[in-house]
Amino acid sequence: MATQMRLTVDGKSHVISVDDPDMPLLYALRDELGLSNPHFGCGLAQCGACTVHVNGEATRSCVTPLSAVKGATIVTLAGLGTAEHPHPLQAAYVEEQVPQCGYCVNGWIMTAAALLKSNPHPSDADIRKGLSGLKCRCGTHMAIIRAVKRAASMA
Amino acid sequence: MTHLDLLRTDLTRRGVLKSAGALVVSFSAPAALAQAATAAVAAPKPLDPTQLDSYLAIHRDGSATVFFGKIDGGQGTDVGIAQIVAEELDLPADRVAVILGDTALTLNQGGASGSFGINWGGRTMRKAAAEARQFLLQLAAKRLKVPAETLTVANGVVSVADAPGKKIGYGQLIGGKFFNVPLKWNGKYGIVLDIDSTAPLKKPADYKVVGTSPKRRDVKAKVFAQAATYVTDIRVPGMLHARVIRPPVAGATANSVDASSIDGIPGARVVQKGGYIAVVAEKEWNAIRAAQRLKIDWSQPAPAFADPAKLYDHIRKAPVRKRVVEKQKGSVDDAMPGAVQVVTADYAWPFQSHASMGSACALAEMKDGKMTVWTGTQKPHYAQQGVAALLDIPVERVHAIWVTGPGSYGRNDAGDAALEAAFLAHELGKPVRVQGMRAEGIAWDPKAPASVHHARAGLDASGKIVAYQFESKGFSRLEIESNESHPAYSLIGQQWGLPLKPIDSFGTPDEAYDIPNRLMAWETIAPMLDRASPLRTSHQRDPVGPQIHFASESFIDELALAAKADPVAFRLRHLSGRDAAAVKAAAEKFGWETRVSGPAADSKADVVTGRGIAYAKRLGTIVVVAAEVEVDRRSGKVRAKRFAVAHDCGCIVNPALLHNTIEGNIVQATSRSLWEEVRFDRQKVTSVDWATYPILDITEAPEKIDIVLLDHPEIPPSGAGEPSSRPVAGAIANAIFDATGVRIRRAPFRPENLKGSFA
Repeated sequence: MATQMRLTVDGKSHVISVDDPDMPLLYALRDELGLSNPHFGCGLAQCGACTVHVNGEATRSCVTPLSAVKGATIVTLAGLGTAEHPHPLQAAYVEEQVPQCGYCVNGWIMTAAALLKSNPHPSDADIRKGLSGLKCRCGTHMAIIRAVKRAASMA
Repeated sequence: MTHLDLLRTDLTRRGVLKSAGALVVSFSAPAALAQAATAAVAAPKPLDPTQLDSYLAIHRDGSATVFFGKIDGGQGTDVGIAQIVAEELDLPADRVAVILGDTALTLNQGGASGSFGINWGGRTMRKAAAEARQFLLQLAAKRLKVPAETLTVANGVVSVADAPGKKIGYGQLIGGKFFNVPLKWNGKYGIVLDIDSTAPLKKPADYKVVGTSPKRRDVKAKVFAQAATYVTDIRVPGMLHARVIRPPVAGATANSVDASSIDGIPGARVVQKGGYIAVVAEKEWNAIRAAQRLKIDWSQPAPAFADPAKLYDHIRKAPVRKRVVEKQKGSVDDAMPGAVQVVTADYAWPFQSHASMGSACALAEMKDGKMTVWTGTQKPHYAQQGVAALLDIPVERVHAIWVTGPGSYGRNDAGDAALEAAFLAHELGKPVRVQGMRAEGIAWDPKAPASVHHARAGLDASGKIVAYQFESKGFSRLEIESNESHPAYSLIGQQWGLPLKPIDSFGTPDEAYDIPNRLMAWETIAPMLDRASPLRTSHQRDPVGPQIHFASESFIDELALAAKADPVAFRLRHLSGRDAAAVKAAAEKFGWETRVSGPAADSKADVVTGRGIAYAKRLGTIVVVAAEVEVDRRSGKVRAKRFAVAHDCGCIVNPALLHNTIEGNIVQATSRSLWEEVRFDRQKVTSVDWATYPILDITEAPEKIDIVLLDHPEIPPSGAGEPSSRPVAGAIANAIFDATGVRIRRAPFRPENLKGSFA
């Protein structure tokens, strides 16, 4: 039986109809709310393409069941900043022209945003350790590190 | 109007043309179409390679739109094309919009293929732009009543050289109208499509736009999560979600499918035709659940694959299906006995996966007798042909629209998804979006072939190579074509039982060493499973380049050692001109220490460092990579710490984007060298996700990559999308030898493969 559930995403409140409370948050965001981010990358919490902030924590939405996010505040990449009011990481990503295919961007920026919040001036090693596990197949790692450093210097 | 509506609007090229003055040019492709869609649509003009109008249009505001029959996978090819066209038209680059990869708007220029986007694609578009400029000057001469020779152009405004007040803009001359200028076409479609033109081309010395670095047009859309940026984001009303069921064991077919096993899942149903099985549902999660829950009684075929521990034995022993001697000079057999030293070595490279960031996705909709397919394929014009053949409908009734996919390094799983979405939409009479789960993009994508390489060379008394034989043997690089133009090249077509169309192809080293006697050949063997195999091969970034040049450039270092020579000095003995200049540039940037490679005799440290170099060409482009590695002799772990790269691709169109392209290739190729190996057992591929197909982690990314761009404005561009992938493995292997004194002849250099090698 479908049940109703309330979700707060990027500052807006939504009520969605849920067939299965075990459904990962990712599909609610994409299919019920029509968001283009986050992305499905692996469905296994191995790549980060689905990352959102749940109550400020970088969270892999592809393995987070809806039942675990009742009443939570969720922020996606689209809610992090806009072209008019970019988050420093988004501005740095544009400045450094980081992405190639860019499908991974979501995971890196959302994870780095949480990292910079807890550690505003990370060292090179802090950045690498903090972003370890995220995948980028195009090999833009050098540009990612430059962008995170740039964003940290802007903050 | 949403982006979705815009993408669904049945645009015509006339529509784009009529958008004229309203067109804003600094935007992503959907935004360009957005502007176009608001304009009145008049009678369309069919695409015709003999008509200038099929290549570009001038709008009423004097800006231009280029119709480019290729795509950009994130390296900025579209920006480069805009620069090349802007240069010939004397427009700023941001006044040239580029429409990519839509079969209704662009000619079949082969899609992304072989690093030909800027060199061959740009060559054609440059000539088209020169033709347009010449025609515009003729129009201006008539309107201004002066000879065309007295005219100059700046920012799209034509003026009289000695009477600057007399002027007229491109928009006033032709804006919103067709050129109706015929061109001499070479009669070929695909990457070789070209036109013959006598219109004067701008001299490199006068370049203002080519050689500068305007930014990419897709980055903001990606960073700010703009709607409909990716093919995965396209949605149409009433669409169903599909998931494909691949057999659990290679070669298995369904004896029976228990459709009742998914009864409890809302809207879920099975679609089956021949050996192809998919599930669909209105909600994506329900399609995923149905795919996981569906019960199928599978056949139990005999194990298809060789023992993976003996893969390279299998290749060496397998009957040769095709042998080609690609390069021959003098006589190796005659020269070898005169050599003072003969060196031989064997190398091996595994199957590798595109492992794109996300598995492929496609959306298809049959409407008013016409099939529209949104696809992330690199070659939408071939997807159009493949879909038409699969559904047995005229190609004119298929419209393929390229939208950025989750990764683009060759013929990955996108080609399969395009055909499968089209079949499902046709079968069900509803729009269908299909997306792979993680395993579809690693276990089931077409693979880069596994191969072995045998090298033999003789040195003379002066330490120069007098005879060189290099032979590769492996699975063909094209067990399926590098596009999906025929259903036999797709998984669904093969599962339906269509006759196969394999191609036997491999390659030989591309370099310019001056060696008097050489023989370079390749041999292919049959696939281990002939149809619907998860190990079927096709093109992956720099097809067979990494495997061949890992072997050939490792071997050159082995020869240098035998000659007791420094690896840079040894290469320079055999190189001249631009090739030698690139080797010197990389060595200088790296801070190369001249000495014979190998560790100091008293080196006892557990963690040791070394330096290596490798050089290769690719269709005219020259790349030299110097690497510094750190090796932990106990664990076998290799870290590629630092690179210096010299890159010569002739004329550089956009240095900043070229830099990022090379940097990405170096990191991706480092990943392929250190980690990547498709694992399988005798029945199936066991690399199914990132845990079982690890790639380079950011903690292992190099500390530094220095890139020297060698620019030759007078030499036409020779391509940069792939060449820097090929020397990386050789440079790393050579550095490992320098650090440890141990020669590694098999990739990848994973700790479990190397552990014990350095004891």
